[in-house]
Amino acid sequence: MKREIRICGFGGQGVILAGFIIGKAACVFSDYNAVQSQSYGPEARGGAARSEVIISDEKIGYPRPTGVDLFVAMAQEAFDTYRKDIRDDTVVIIEPDLVPKHDIGRRLYKIRAQNIAEELGNRIVTNIAMVGAITGIYDLLSADAVKKAVIDSVPKRFTELNVKAFERGLEAGKNARPE
Amino acid sequence: MTEMIDAEQLRKKYLRDGMLPTIFCNGCGHGNAIDYTFWAIEELGLDMDKVAFASGIGCSSRIPGYINADGLHTTHGRALAFATGIKAANPELHVIVFTGDGDCAGIGGNHFIHAARRNIDMTVLLLNNFIYGMTGGQLAPTAPKGSIATTSPYGNIEEAFNICELAKALGAAYVARWPISYPYQPIKSIKEGIQNRGFALIELMSPCPTAYGRRNKLGKIESLWKWYEDNTILIEEYERIMDYGTEEERKNVKGMFQIGVFQNVKKAGFFEEYDKLVQRLIEKDDAKFKGGSK
Amino acid sequence: MKYERDPERIRRVLGDKVQFIQGDLALTYGGILAGCSFFGGYPITPASEVAEGMARLLPRVKGTFIQMEDEIGSIAAVIGAAWSGAKAMTATSGPGFSLMMENYGYAIMTETPCVIANVQRTGPSTGQPTLGAQGDMMQVRWGSHGDMEALALAPSTVQECIDMTIEAFNLSEKYRHPACVMADGEIGHLREKVVIPDEEEMTLVERVPATIEKEKFIPFTNSQTRDSKVPDFPTFGTGYRTYVTGLTHNKKGFPATDKQKDHEELITRIVTKISDDRERLTSIEEIEMDDAEIAFVTYGASARPAESAVAMARKNGIRAGMLRLKLVWPFPRRAVNELSKKVNTIIVPEMNLGQIVHPIREYSDAGCDVIRASKVGGEMHLPHELYRYLEEKK
Repeated sequence: MKREIRICGFGGQGVILAGFIIGKAACVFSDYNAVQSQSYGPEARGGAARSEVIISDEKIGYPRPTGVDLFVAMAQEAFDTYRKDIRDDTVVIIEPDLVPKHDIGRRLYKIRAQNIAEELGNRIVTNIAMVGAITGIYDLLSADAVKKAVIDSVPKRFTELNVKAFERGLEAGKNARPE
Repeated sequence: MTEMIDAEQLRKKYLRDGMLPTIFCNGCGHGNAIDYTFWAIEELGLDMDKVAFASGIGCSSRIPGYINADGLHTTHGRALAFATGIKAANPELHVIVFTGDGDCAGIGGNHFIHAARRNIDMTVLLLNNFIYGMTGGQLAPTAPKGSIATTSPYGNIEEAFNICELAKALGAAYVARWPISYPYQPIKSIKEGIQNRGFALIELMSPCPTAYGRRNKLGKIESLWKWYEDNTILIEEYERIMDYGTEEERKNVKGMFQIGVFQNVKKAGFFEEYDKLVQRLIEKDDAKFKGGSK
Repeated sequence: MKYERDPERIRRVLGDKVQFIQGDLALTYGGILAGCSFFGGYPITPASEVAEGMARLLPRVKGTFIQMEDEIGSIAAVIGAAWSGAKAMTATSGPGFSLMMENYGYAIMTETPCVIANVQRTGPSTGQPTLGAQGDMMQVRWGSHGDMEALALAPSTVQECIDMTIEAFNLSEKYRHPACVMADGEIGHLREKVVIPDEEEMTLVERVPATIEKEKFIPFTNSQTRDSKVPDFPTFGTGYRTYVTGLTHNKKGFPATDKQKDHEELITRIVTKISDDRERLTSIEEIEMDDAEIAFVTYGASARPAESAVAMARKNGIRAGMLRLKLVWPFPRRAVNELSKKVNTIIVPEMNLGQIVHPIREYSDAGCDVIRASKVGGEMHLPHELYRYLEEKK
């Protein structure tokens, strides 16, 4: 088993942290191997950022993704830039308020992560709500492991807020259907 | 203070066996600098096992080789950075650096700036002879305007580097300049520099008859001593003239080298401050650990 | 405050035993675990995170961190600290490593133990700062002027960034020679799982301090207390009053700049103290080598896609294998030579236009074809790019 995950958005949105949490959940709080990398270079300019995670039950040789099994986009520019190599069977999750132009003739999951974060009073946890949604939609990591990774990765004084965001996102993910 | 000894005994006590003769030319002032340093160390009663010398490249940088103590003869210009490490890993050591005008103000200028700014607890003896002596007389950054050197054969058109003023501006704890022709004041300044807990710069104007003097009509051994007499002025005297002197008096002293103690302040050196930081962190960590959190 | 290595405090400060961290931070962890008590560094992409980690963690284990004014000053301070008895380290990348070359030679000449972590990028000059490459594999061997050996490890995983930094300290202490951890921007910025070794799982080597009578001590010659070309170490402040110079020096440490014999003796000793142990030091990993007919010889990040390519080849019935050099310098001549007698073709993937391919060619059997598989521009080889070489040459 090997899964390649790409999470993208705009700089400052916390996509690196989101990838980091998923990688940590996989290899510290579950029994998988994981690597996480971020991409620099010309295509990362203009505010688009991406974080890539590979999760495998075997040793991971080449540490960069060669395909994409799960594609998550939290910004229009990132969605447009980084979806070029997705396959028909790639699971796609978007934040519809942040990626309004997402009609690309295929089914995808729509998670209003920013809305969840705003309801909790702080837009800063949009990424964590999305991590929850990913966990609910993509049947790979246990909610427990990811929650532990969230708690382990955010500043102590914001634990409660982040856990709430994660749980609300998880719920939204479980209930979501591709549309 | 230890028992009085004479110069011969002093040299016997502090010079390293098997390294003499020195590389220094007749009339070079560096031997005096060594003597002054020995006197200062003797009067302070330092344990030579706890004194470490460092130097870069150049005539003056050979000095640690002649002293019976730990010495790190390093690369050109970098002595202060090496010395920073020596002090960091063993704050018990008195760290004394011998450096020259080319070594310190030329290639090593940036290390000098930052060691002074950080106020690293060390004593820097800068032997300023206005020239790259070891390599045969090239222009040094401290050379007065008009100086003839092999790389300024038609006369130096650059402004001379006033390294004491720079050190002062950087907040170095102790800054002094003396010509080697003054026997007592340098000893006092070296002592004060060693005792100061911060960065101490003592610039000693040291004659180089061979490489500088010869080319600048100052080739006779005594002529540079005379030159110092004519071209230096005590800081206090300089300031008095600037404040109260006639226009002509002020004009006369303007181009002279001020000598004396430019700065002497007590302030914690870098490693003292660093220790406080470590103390604070350790206490916080230990309290947290005992408090039961991970 | 005097540093004393405190294993319990170190582990408390590093945190959980299992972590998901970047290679750069792992280099920091390795240093702290090894007992590094002094770090002098200067910011440079992609190595800055090593210094940032040290700034955060080193004071909490009573070590000293200084951000120096440049890389020349960083390595200088590290060498100075080593003479005061510290295990000392710096970290940098290509341009900084180039600046360090003079003092790197000074450390070799004065037999100073210290560690340089180099998170490599490309060049010449500023090149591609944010991207990984293997730009300094020859510089680490030949970058300073004169004759020298080198101690250089190349981590392929984040875990190895910890393990090899500890190993680098051990080698540098043992041989009194700078040791380099030649990581790269790919591994340095990659996050991966690491397990912080328990104290019992670690071996730590310390330099042998000078102990014999001060009058009889000779600082720059074979050890007077052991059968070794590495002299015992007269730490500053312990009364040995040693003169240390980058000039050619005699056994006493005194300048002997115009003495042919003294120079020859000195340089021969500081080179052979390492090269004599070449075979003992050889550290390699072999993958699928038993029946291999074609093999990659790799190191560092390049080993990752190479391993994936070997797996693809095996699936398709190609008898491919891989030899990974964990210690690149001193060069494992025998291991490479033996390999070259076993396989028809050696392929050398490197993130440069060909550096380690040269010693591989030099020590390979004439009957074996050694092929350069370079990729430059800041990207790792893709597994299928390397697989193509196997398919062509099988």
